[in-house]
Parts: sequence; C-alpha cells; structure tokens
Amino acid sequence: MKIVVCIKQVPDTNEVKLDPKTNRLIRDGVPSIINHDDKAGIEAALQLKERVGGTVTVVCMGPPQADVALREALAMGCDDAYLLSAREFGGSDTCATAIIISSALKKIGYDIVFTGRQAIDGDTAQVGPQIAENLGIPQVSYTEELIDVTDETITVKRQYEDRYHIIEAPLPCLLTAIQELAEPRYMHAGGIIDAYAKDITVWGFEDLKDVINPDHIGLMGSPTKVVTSFGKMPKGAGTKLEVTPEEAVEAIIAKMEERHII
Amino acid sequence: MSKDIYVVAEQRDGNIAKVTMELLGEATKLAGELGEKVYAVLMGDQIKDKAQDLIEHGADGVVVVEDPMLAEYVTEPYAKALTAVIKNYDPNIVLFGATSIGRDLAPRVAARVHTGLTADCTRLDVDMNEYFDFLHATSNADTDAIANRLGMDDKNLKMTRPAFGGNVMATIRCADHRPQMATVRPGVMKKLDAVAGKEGTVEEFKVEFTAADMNVKIKEVVRETKKAVDITEAKVLVSGGRGIGSPEFFDELQKVADLLGGEISSSRANVDAGWIARDRQVGQTGKTVRPDLYMACGISGAIQHIAGMESSECVIAINKNDTAAIFEVADLGIVGDVKVIIPKLQEALAKYMEENA
Repeated sequence: MKIVVCIKQVPDTNEVKLDPKTNRLIRDGVPSIINHDDKAGIEAALQLKERVGGTVTVVCMGPPQADVALREALAMGCDDAYLLSAREFGGSDTCATAIIISSALKKIGYDIVFTGRQAIDGDTAQVGPQIAENLGIPQVSYTEELIDVTDETITVKRQYEDRYHIIEAPLPCLLTAIQELAEPRYMHAGGIIDAYAKDITVWGFEDLKDVINPDHIGLMGSPTKVVTSFGKMPKGAGTKLEVTPEEAVEAIIAKMEERHII
Repeated sequence: MSKDIYVVAEQRDGNIAKVTMELLGEATKLAGELGEKVYAVLMGDQIKDKAQDLIEHGADGVVVVEDPMLAEYVTEPYAKALTAVIKNYDPNIVLFGATSIGRDLAPRVAARVHTGLTADCTRLDVDMNEYFDFLHATSNADTDAIANRLGMDDKNLKMTRPAFGGNVMATIRCADHRPQMATVRPGVMKKLDAVAGKEGTVEEFKVEFTAADMNVKIKEVVRETKKAVDITEAKVLVSGGRGIGSPEFFDELQKVADLLGGEISSSRANVDAGWIARDRQVGQTGKTVRPDLYMACGISGAIQHIAGMESSECVIAINKNDTAAIFEVADLGIVGDVKVIIPKLQEALAKYMEENA
C-alpha cells in the first residue's frame, strides 16, 4: 500500500510574539516544528504500514529549511521524502497550496493520503479537503481512529461536535488527522542516522510545470489576499481589587447585580 | 453579475444550528450595506418545514435542496448540491459556520468552483468606514495605507480572523473571484430576534443525484449525549484554570454555575490534564464564547485563552498572581485565592438568592 503524508513545518505558536510597533511577527529564536495534527498523521501512516505493509512517503511544501521537518519524519520511520520548494510557490493561499501539493501527489502516486486537520499557524483546515477535491478522491476529515483496512477500503471514526460517524471509504482517499488519531512515536537513534543517509527529493516549479497551471499558484495565483495583519489591543482593564475574601465576595455580587446577572 | 448573500444552513437531525441564525443576523447587516438580499441554502431530507424559521431570523428567501442522500451530512452529496446552487444563483458571498461540517464542506466547494475561502472569521465588513472604526478601536493598523490601496468605496468583503494561535489578526479579501466565501466562528456574530410570521420566498432546487455521489458508506451514526452541553449557549460560564488545583474543584465551580443558571468551562491546561471534557474548553483551540458573565477562576489568561472569551459581556477574574494577563480583560479583577473565595461566594450567592427569591 502506498501511503502518503502531507506535513507542514510551522513556528511553535506558543512562542510567537508580535512586535507592537511594526505589527510584524517576531520569529527570531522561535523553534520550527512539525505541525501537531500532521505528526499524528505520520504516526497513523506508520501504524498502517506496520499492519498491512507498503511504504510511507512524506511530502512538505515550504522553504529549503523545511528539510528539517522531513528529516524528522524520516527518523520516525517514513521511507522517502519530497520537499516542494520554489520561488513560484511563495505567497500561496490554501487554494494555491492545495493545487501545488495535489500536482505533486499525482506524480508520486498514492493509495491513502493523510494530512493534518489544520496547522497551528493558519488554523484553516482547508488544504486537506482541497487536495482531495483536486485529486477527485473522497475525503474524511476529523479522523479520530482507524478501525479497519482492506485492499479496497478503509474504515475510520469521524468526529463531529455532537456525534461520530463510522465511515467506510474506498481507496484511494484522503484522511485529515486530529491529534487523537495517534500519539507520535519518538525518533530513535538509528532512525536519526538513517534519516541523514536518505535523500530528500526536492521538486521546484520546473518539476511540476507539466501538471500545474502557473496562473493558479503563488501570491498572484491565490484567490485570497491579505489586506493587513495586526496585533490586538487589550480590551482595557476594569477595576482590580486586593481585598479580604469577604470584601471580594461583596464586590463580585455587586458586579453581578450591576450587570443584571442576579 | 454575482449578487446576494447566501448562508449555508447547518442542520443535524432536522435541527438548525445556532450558528446559522447568527450568520443570518450578520448577513442581514452586510446585505443592507450592499443593497442585496439574504438567502439561506437549506439542504437535507424532508427539511422544507424549517425554511420559515430561517426567514423569521433574517432570510429574504430560502433555497431548499431535498434528497434522502442529504439526511446525514456526507461531504460529496452536500458538495455537489451546494456547487449546483452556487452555479445556478451566482451569489456574491457564501457564508458557513466554522463547524466540523462547515469546515469540511466549504473548502471542498471552494476548490470545485475555484474561488477563495477564508476560515474561521471573527468579523466581516463591507463598508470601509465601519471597517476602519473597528481597526481604530482594536488595533494600531495603518488605515491610511489601507485606504490608499483599496479606496474608501471598496465593497469587497473584508474577512478578519485570528492566526498564529490568536497572536495576530489578519484581514483577507477575495477581490477577483466570486463568490467570496468564509466560514465564521460560532458564537461570534449576533442573531436577530425572530420576527414571527415574516414572509419570504421558499424555492425548491432540484439536484440530480446518482448512486455514485454517495462515495463513502456511513456504517454507523453515534450521537453522544455527553457532548450535549454546549458552552457557547450558556449565559454564564464559571471557568477553571490551572489555579483551581484539582479536578475536584470543578464541583465547587459547578455549584456556583448552578446558582447562576450557568455552565462550567475550562482553560486548555485542565483539559489536557484530563480534568474535564474537551468540549468545555474555551480558547483558540477550543470554543469562542460570549456569555453575559465569564468568571475566570485561577486562569492566568494566555493569549490563546483570551482569544476565546474576550467578547464576553462581563468578565470577573480571580487570580492569586496580581500580574496575571487575565486582569487586562477583566471588568472586575480580584487578586486572591479561588479556593478561598469560591466557597464563600457560593454561600453568599445562596443567601442572596434566598433573600431575593
């Protein structure tokens, strides 16, 4: 079975701060990591391979430095890796990103594609379903559990707010992983050494231009464009009291009365 | 020419989601600014009788697509139906709730019609003056530069959303493609009061489905009653953070919530620790809430948490640490130990209720 996992390298958003003067993200010293949901996808793919055999290919679009994320995936046990990196790809929104990644997947081949549900930097959850649409294959997003797999189908648990579905999808299909899907394994020492011995295939625009419309990628080809980005100003603090617990309770009740809560 | 705002109604077992009514409220405001109309797209099986409710909450008309294949949400039949509606009616704007249905359906359809989609919006603007009022009130964005770039008569949808874990807000436009599409966070927009007997058009739209459209098989649908509590619906939330010290203390918060007719909620740390169910989590990776009262108990106020509760009408925060960030968004801040104050508050509230019953 040919299993492909699409991953994104993201800044650890817990560490990102905004420069209040320039409105620019301060990224210096902020570690880059494999997006959490994507890492659950890698683990699920590896477990699937252990169950039914086959290979796990990992694909990442990003700058040359994203090579680090692919090495980590190889060290976890993935078999081969592709980095999609080109000036022409820069500034792509989700629609354009999905076009680039799906074009690469058409060349790589797949039986099952995993993506993370969403990335912690953009939080859009759009690229997975859009890749599936471009490939013309079914998607199951919010995949919480792999239940069964055959040569022709995969059965999964799909999470909703108030229910879950047990869904049987035909292969090929695309699954978007949530963190509950699988707890990622650690890289092992041998794996790390192997990871650096393996080649990462780097594909630029030239490598994909036979399957890609240049008018649909990059900043110019993206339907959505950023007008502005800005940091939020605090709402403005009200009263802060350092008083005895009894006085505190009085103040709380007074505030509840004032706001007609009680 | 593309015109009108279409709200994709979300229904489960025939019940319309609250976010749909919120979207109709927001769409009504935007449509007024555009001089356009608001339509709801209602998809399901034998669902037509819900159309009137959508009209009473703001829709000028409802496009109904009925088929047994649409009884339970499945990506492809819904994507096919909605794509057909979009191709037929050529909307200017299409809005979805940013739910596990909307966020599955919207990207699939956006890719199919090749247009832009902005996820998880927390604010929508058409009118530039209103947009700038918002920017001036909440940010230090350079509006002169934006005015030069877009012009003050820009009528494209300005879609504003948090990114980078709530550290940054970004406004996105989709100027060259139609429809302009967005998913909108539940709990952010305000629904209108229903106008009983309001009139509107109800149009049945026929989509030809084939067996192949049901390209996955739903083997089981399991409704989870434990998930029935929806903190976004609560008028009062008593929310616990790391400072509550133990999972048992949620019982104490629950007593306060019960006295106020509210629910308990949580910061991410306690959810990750397994102290409380994930559907109670407020914040960037949890839910956005805007109750009348949000009581933050032992919550320090990480930016991801504040992103999920800062629109609350009133915030009361109790925290031992007098420099906790939560105090910056609190109407009333109490520097003190929740473990001491909450039991006393319970007592005082119970007494108050008795005296004022």
